[in-house]
Amino acid sequence: MDILNALVVFLNFVFIPAAAYGAQLALGALGVTLIYGILRFSNFAHGDTMAFGTAVVILVTWGLQSLGITLGPLPTALLALPFGIAATAVLVLATDRAVYRFYRVKKAAPIILVMASVGVMFVMNGLTRLLIGVSEYRFDDGARFIINVRDFRDWTGLPEGLALRSTQALTLVVAVIVVAALFWFLNRTKSGKAMRAYSDNEDLALLSGIDPERVVRLTWIIAASLATIAGTLYGLDKSFKAFNYFQILLPIFAAAIVGGLGSPLGAIAGGFLVAFSEVAVTYPWVKVVGYIAPGYEPGGLMQLLGTEYKFAVSFVILIVVLLFRPTGLFRGKSV
Amino acid sequence: MSDSNSSFGNRGNRDASVVNMKGMGTIDGTRRSGPVGAGRAGDPFLIGEGMTGGYGKGADILHDCTIAVEKGQIAVIVGPNGAGKSTAMKAIFGMLNLRQGSVRLNGQDITALNPQDRVKAGMGFVPQVNNIFPSMTVEENLEMGAFIRNDDIRQTMQQVYELFPAVAEKRRQAAGELSGGQRQQVAVGRALMTQPSVLMLDEPTAGVSPIVMDELFDRIIAIARGGLPVLMVEQNAQQAMNIADKAYVLVQGANAHTGTGAELMANDEVRRTFLGG
Repeated sequence: MDILNALVVFLNFVFIPAAAYGAQLALGALGVTLIYGILRFSNFAHGDTMAFGTAVVILVTWGLQSLGITLGPLPTALLALPFGIAATAVLVLATDRAVYRFYRVKKAAPIILVMASVGVMFVMNGLTRLLIGVSEYRFDDGARFIINVRDFRDWTGLPEGLALRSTQALTLVVAVIVVAALFWFLNRTKSGKAMRAYSDNEDLALLSGIDPERVVRLTWIIAASLATIAGTLYGLDKSFKAFNYFQILLPIFAAAIVGGLGSPLGAIAGGFLVAFSEVAVTYPWVKVVGYIAPGYEPGGLMQLLGTEYKFAVSFVILIVVLLFRPTGLFRGKSV
Repeated sequence: MSDSNSSFGNRGNRDASVVNMKGMGTIDGTRRSGPVGAGRAGDPFLIGEGMTGGYGKGADILHDCTIAVEKGQIAVIVGPNGAGKSTAMKAIFGMLNLRQGSVRLNGQDITALNPQDRVKAGMGFVPQVNNIFPSMTVEENLEMGAFIRNDDIRQTMQQVYELFPAVAEKRRQAAGELSGGQRQQVAVGRALMTQPSVLMLDEPTAGVSPIVMDELFDRIIAIARGGLPVLMVEQNAQQAMNIADKAYVLVQGANAHTGTGAELMANDEVRRTFLGG
């Protein structure tokens, strides 16, 4: 039995990729959960908001690169991030003014806003494709690895290698900073508390002198920032393709619902839960098992599900949670 | 609820995995305020005069209804169910469309102001239900009450805690976990945090036990004796009239009887109809 090598394989192929992916999902789910909690509908356009933000970040990154500006070992995209956030914030605020506000004034039932968001999703879908195109783009630059496989083998003398890509580490660091900032904002600042008050009781917030439209604007700006950051980290880690961002909507919603819609803490837990399940179920465990039980010769790859079916994992989690614990792990607002 | 909520048989709106109906508002927060006019000489501190109107485009609920409260006094609105008591309060607070009449506060005509700006003008309102932020702590509830203030709110908070010692002990607890009476105290406390120049209470004693009710009445009297005019709607007509400097009996959205609490208690018709003999 070779625990050490099994652990290295596990870390390299399951833990590190799932942690990075989980952080990306968590940031996406935080945006969804905020909009659900405060604006009271599930925003189906969130995936495409992420795509739009990332597309802007990529265009600005290219612009900076052509000007010869880079961030050294860090990806230039970090420098382009504020521009992406600003552009996305402007887009969602314009969308709110043109689409959602109309229904808000009429006090329309939230399901109507959900349907409107599906329409917005298609428009943003097209907008992103017009802006940057449909192909796959890679835009990460700077140092590729913090630990690469060969160095790791040389250091440890183990046959198995471990790689930690800089984008993976960056994802986790940025996610921690963003989440800490968001929680600080929601729990400690006057504006953040006003957002929670509005989420709790709209009328009473208004009767306390809180301007509801300001809360709505603030929510959109935060959601746009979260979406752009999540999308950029996802694109840096993997690659940017507009269609992938449409697909990622499902795991993001699964994460938000598993954690409990409306609960920011739940969104984070849900993000990691969905990511780890997805990676664990689609990873061929044969190598890990080979190290743990050397005599055992499994017939196949010990892969529960092909990677093509990874979205099925989100679906199953979603259904199980809705059936058995519809409020989610952290008691969100859904019943 | 608006008409659009009844469309498609309200389908989809019970699916809490896509919509969040909890805490949804009914007041249009996007409405802008109109100009503030001049008041009239000899007005009471707060007066809703000749108010006629209803919700949205619906039928009129109030018909030429007048409610007023003087400085340092308690005015109560009583009447049978569906008489438009709460509606009259909401009309004074700008939550429904007035077709006729005006609302004047402290020498200013505020008829065109939206509810948010009436708060800034010095009005404090405690709704009958949903009058706290359930997931926020007691202290955060009070902080939200003081949202429009930029000065030091600690002293006001201390005063509220002194007025309601029971909730002071639970300041770190979520307000939604408190008992009915304590919630009402938080609700009143939240409204006091703005340091309003007039306090409006919509059935503050609804759904609380008689002992708690007496205590709440005591507190309300204490607030009024402190110089803050109080206007309230009350189900318990007898008790309300006992403490009222001025009482309004509404019937079908119109003033039926007006007078001091003692006068109305002495009035045969009022006693027979509303006070049970």
